[in-house]
Amino acid sequence: MRINGVVHAAPVDPRRLLSDHLRHDLGLTGTHVGCEHGVCGCCTVLLDGAPVRSCLMLAVQAEGHEVTTIEGLAADGAPLHPVQQAFHECQGLQCGFCTPGFVMSVVGLLAQHPNPTAQQVDEGISGNLCRCTGYASIRRAVVRAAELSPSPRRGAISESSSSSPLRAQGRGEGGTKK
Amino acid sequence: MKPPPFEYHAPAAIEEACGLLGSLEDAKVLAGGQSLVPLLNFRLARPAHLVDINRIGGLDRIYERDGGVAIQALARQAAVEDSELVARVCPLLTAAVGLVAHRVIRNRGTVCGSLAHADPASELPAVLLALGGHVVARSKRGERVIQANRLFQGVMETALAPDELLVEAWFPSSPAPFAIVEESRRHGDFALAGVVRAADRLALFGVAPTPVLADPRDPTKGLRPSGDLEATPEFRLHLVRVLIEKAFAA
Amino acid sequence: MTTRWFGARVQRVEDDRLLRGHGRFTDDIDDGALESCIVRSPFAHARIRSIDVTAARAMPGVAAVYTAADLPFGQTDLPILIPHPNLTHGRTQRCLASEVVRYVGEAVVFVVAESRSVAEDAAELVQVEYEPLPVVITPESAALAEHLVHDDVPGNVAAELIQEAGAVEAALAASPRRKSLHFRFERGAACPMEGRAVWARWSAAEHRLTVYDSTQSPTSIRGGLAVLFGLPESNVEVIAPDVGGGFGPKIMLFYPDELLVPFAALKLGRPVKWTEDRQEHFTAVNQERGQVHEVEVGFDDDGKLIALDVDFIHDGGAYTPYGIILPIITAAQVPGPYRVPNYRVRFRDVYTNATPTSPYRGAGRPHACFVMERTLDAIAAELGLDRTEVRRRNLIEPDQFPYEVGVVWQDGNQVVYDSGDYPALVERALEMLGPRPEGDHIGMGLSPYVEGTGVGPYEGAHVQVLVSGKVVAATGIPNQGQGHATVWAQIVADQLGVDVSDVEVSSGDTRRFQWGVGTFASRAAIMAGNAMAVAAGMVAEKAKHIAAEHLEADPADLELAGGRVRVKGSPDRGIPLAAVAVLSNPMRYAFGGGTEAATQFAAKPRPGPPLLEGERPGLEATGYFSPVGSAWAAGCHAAYVRVDPKTYRLEILKYVVVHDCGRLINPLVVEGQIEGGVAQGIGGAFYERLAYDDEGQLRNASFMEFLMPYATEIPAIEIDHIETPSPLNPLGIKGAGEAGVIPVGAVLASAIEEATGVPITEMPLSPLKLFELVRAQS
Repeated sequence: MRINGVVHAAPVDPRRLLSDHLRHDLGLTGTHVGCEHGVCGCCTVLLDGAPVRSCLMLAVQAEGHEVTTIEGLAADGAPLHPVQQAFHECQGLQCGFCTPGFVMSVVGLLAQHPNPTAQQVDEGISGNLCRCTGYASIRRAVVRAAELSPSPRRGAISESSSSSPLRAQGRGEGGTKK
Repeated sequence: MKPPPFEYHAPAAIEEACGLLGSLEDAKVLAGGQSLVPLLNFRLARPAHLVDINRIGGLDRIYERDGGVAIQALARQAAVEDSELVARVCPLLTAAVGLVAHRVIRNRGTVCGSLAHADPASELPAVLLALGGHVVARSKRGERVIQANRLFQGVMETALAPDELLVEAWFPSSPAPFAIVEESRRHGDFALAGVVRAADRLALFGVAPTPVLADPRDPTKGLRPSGDLEATPEFRLHLVRVLIEKAFAA
Repeated sequence: MTTRWFGARVQRVEDDRLLRGHGRFTDDIDDGALESCIVRSPFAHARIRSIDVTAARAMPGVAAVYTAADLPFGQTDLPILIPHPNLTHGRTQRCLASEVVRYVGEAVVFVVAESRSVAEDAAELVQVEYEPLPVVITPESAALAEHLVHDDVPGNVAAELIQEAGAVEAALAASPRRKSLHFRFERGAACPMEGRAVWARWSAAEHRLTVYDSTQSPTSIRGGLAVLFGLPESNVEVIAPDVGGGFGPKIMLFYPDELLVPFAALKLGRPVKWTEDRQEHFTAVNQERGQVHEVEVGFDDDGKLIALDVDFIHDGGAYTPYGIILPIITAAQVPGPYRVPNYRVRFRDVYTNATPTSPYRGAGRPHACFVMERTLDAIAAELGLDRTEVRRRNLIEPDQFPYEVGVVWQDGNQVVYDSGDYPALVERALEMLGPRPEGDHIGMGLSPYVEGTGVGPYEGAHVQVLVSGKVVAATGIPNQGQGHATVWAQIVADQLGVDVSDVEVSSGDTRRFQWGVGTFASRAAIMAGNAMAVAAGMVAEKAKHIAAEHLEADPADLELAGGRVRVKGSPDRGIPLAAVAVLSNPMRYAFGGGTEAATQFAAKPRPGPPLLEGERPGLEATGYFSPVGSAWAAGCHAAYVRVDPKTYRLEILKYVVVHDCGRLINPLVVEGQIEGGVAQGIGGAFYERLAYDDEGQLRNASFMEFLMPYATEIPAIEIDHIETPSPLNPLGIKGAGEAGVIPVGAVLASAIEEATGVPITEMPLSPLKLFELVRAQS
């Protein structure tokens, strides 16, 4: 499996959750664990560009796929990804625990709806729990992130990440590439 | 909350998957995992074997057949939600899939998985029932079609045999007018009660052990919903009547 | 001193690291640690007949399995953190139960293994034989005392406290009008997104215990561990790294794991870690909010309060480690921003077979506010008066400060409001709320409130200017997302004339600062903020004195600005702060960085020894702040809501907050606290409840069934600020952490009552609850 563009072997233990594999086997502790039943969203990563709950995947299931974690959005020392930048500008975080999950979800949301309506914003972030902010600043961050993100027509941001996190989920008809 | 130990199998073809389901004692199919993995994490489900079908190629198609739309086992709910084909042929299904949980769950969850899981408060079984669709089940013994009105037997119980894999769901084209309305506590939660209207057919969910077809002239006749923390039986009945009104109003 | 930073909307310095996923939360730390899990009681009340861990111990990958019998402190009761003379029957649990369990979730066995998965596998092999005992679950049944939670606590009463200001009995009798009211609050939970976690290492070579703990008080944990393990405190270090939300339950000490994990590390010679999962969080982490109130109020025909008699039961849970702080706070805060000429309050803190209770954001104040506000609404309804007008007639006036309420506060002092302008808050809230929207089934709610903030005993801070010119500061209290690093940097930067980005703050690390209390009760800004100002102020004074010698100027003519110490009015005459830091440390050996200026052959500014008596090397100082009393913040919330007449769904049409926390250090941070508090208040009022059944089983111990609101359930809110500085601390600030949550229940209850026409006397509500209330009424 490729994690943030780097090839890794799958864990030996099939019951190892992807969230634990990322955090404890690969040291990518930016992905957080809040509930392990798919409700809180703290563990959200991108699987082939689309947000998924890493606590609801067995790590072995990521074999053959590309996983992008929060660490993969901007290289060390490189400027923040537009979504990260927007969260900073709008105070979209306090304790930071839910933040990576929100950021990855918003990357996916903007890939689906580059200029989301207020309702699309609310519904788009409604799969993530935050206990600190009351969501108001996160809503503002999503709108700001849409402003900061380059238009999809001009092509995806390349910058430092090789796994194109803004690539949209494939359309439904036909088979997937195998 | 870590899964209990299990034997893991990842077949690359349907025949292999059916072979495993036919020969293993106490095996569960892992598709989207959005319902099963939480149960594993809570250790409420403790199957000896997990048969992960995600590596089976060519099992994720959405295609038109017999005037309706066929959804194969590995077609993700998000793909169905975004599908122009589904929107054209069965817009009721498009609307219903958009109500399932949150987009992030739909990115992994499958339509067939939702039908096989048969949660009484979920939308897709009720849609299949309202439209009069069917599913196709494969096993070592062969293939058979199970009509919607035979599929759902009880809470989380279907007519699928332990060795059967649900490979395809078929939804007839949705007639007009159609509607799906539900009431839940928070956005994306399981419904306290829900209603699917397909012309003059009515299916209710969240108010019985399975989705139920209701007579529009007397829709709640014989209904004895259960109670839980957020809704007593009386409140459920009340809600479903409110929703039926809404479904027929628009 | 400039005030370039104080009051400014400075963006947070913490964000970059957290946004990149480089936060360091306790479970992020592995370092080869063994993992662990706790076997907990599945019964709310039971005698333990036997514990068999043989099979668990034998499982491959298991390093150790501990029961109470294996712990040297196994028969020691955990401490009562806040003793009180009225806590006559305080009881605490043991680290691991071995005789009786008194709540579902009580810790019985500790399993240490190579991984959490293996630990959970082994935990399933632990055999505990329980003999169930009768369960007491509601506060009412606890007070009836048909069954006892503790055999030696008669009536299940841990404590009883009666306070009276004035003469309530006579005043009630003489009141033209009287009403009796009853209010009920169910339990609620804080549910921070990061659960609790502990990591510990014992270094035998250095004889040093290091613990990372997702706690709100590392200094207390350190002190406790030193005592428990017989170690000098200086050999115990406790760090609260990044903490993903606290909200109160993490100020509770000593959860069993906080002792078990270090103990296992000591015994096993390897680091050990424990991270709870969400399911166990629900019963293992302290809860709050359960209370039942009987109120008798006397008033006149103008709606003026004459007498208020409140008798309430507080649901303390199975044990009372936190003492009776919660009911003391409720008792003290019922009068709120109002004149209550005669006030009597009695409470009983009762035991129930449920998780122990300790503060959760608001900490007893939401109940107090609800009781007073609903009482005023009832008075308004009886007299046919406008609800806001009744409040106006009873509010304490701006010229009545300091205002003595006549009851005791949680710091042992009397409740005295220091400053405020309550009428202004109400009027501003109304102004922001605006006219009622068109439509049916709409209701309005309004609630002012007060909040006692900034309790002592003290906090401290250390500030140092490094030879590079950068500033480092440290305080003992940790942060859980409140932006402390930014806020303290603002205070220090103002004192030292530097940029906020030049100040790096460390908090919650006993290696950096070993004295302090903790982050709770809306005290951090007042306590640590003022301590930072004191320490930084001392550094500024020292810098001026050193610079004065070298500039041949009078220190009084110097100022700190732009990273330099310079002569006021002659900005070219100055030296960089970095150089002053160098000069502050007389040296023999230079090591670059400009340090040659401080060596023995450089020019001497004055005769005598390099360090005069009483002088210390370095441009650093440690300062403390200890308050004479709490600073009383206040505010007013108002809202319009609509309740769907068919589904009973709640729609909040508009929600406004006017807030007074004295002088604001950083409005962005304060607004974030308010927005988060309001969201928790809405959650606690209409979505969240802890559903215990008669057997003491928690039926909704998961995020699927414990309904915390998503963004779709929380409206945008409008916030405005009023500043009435506190005279009780030099910075004039008041606390802000809990304000958002305090009046939300009262506001929503009032609005929902108007929208539906049914009396609302309990929390939480839900569509089901409203459906039943409406049906019961008709």
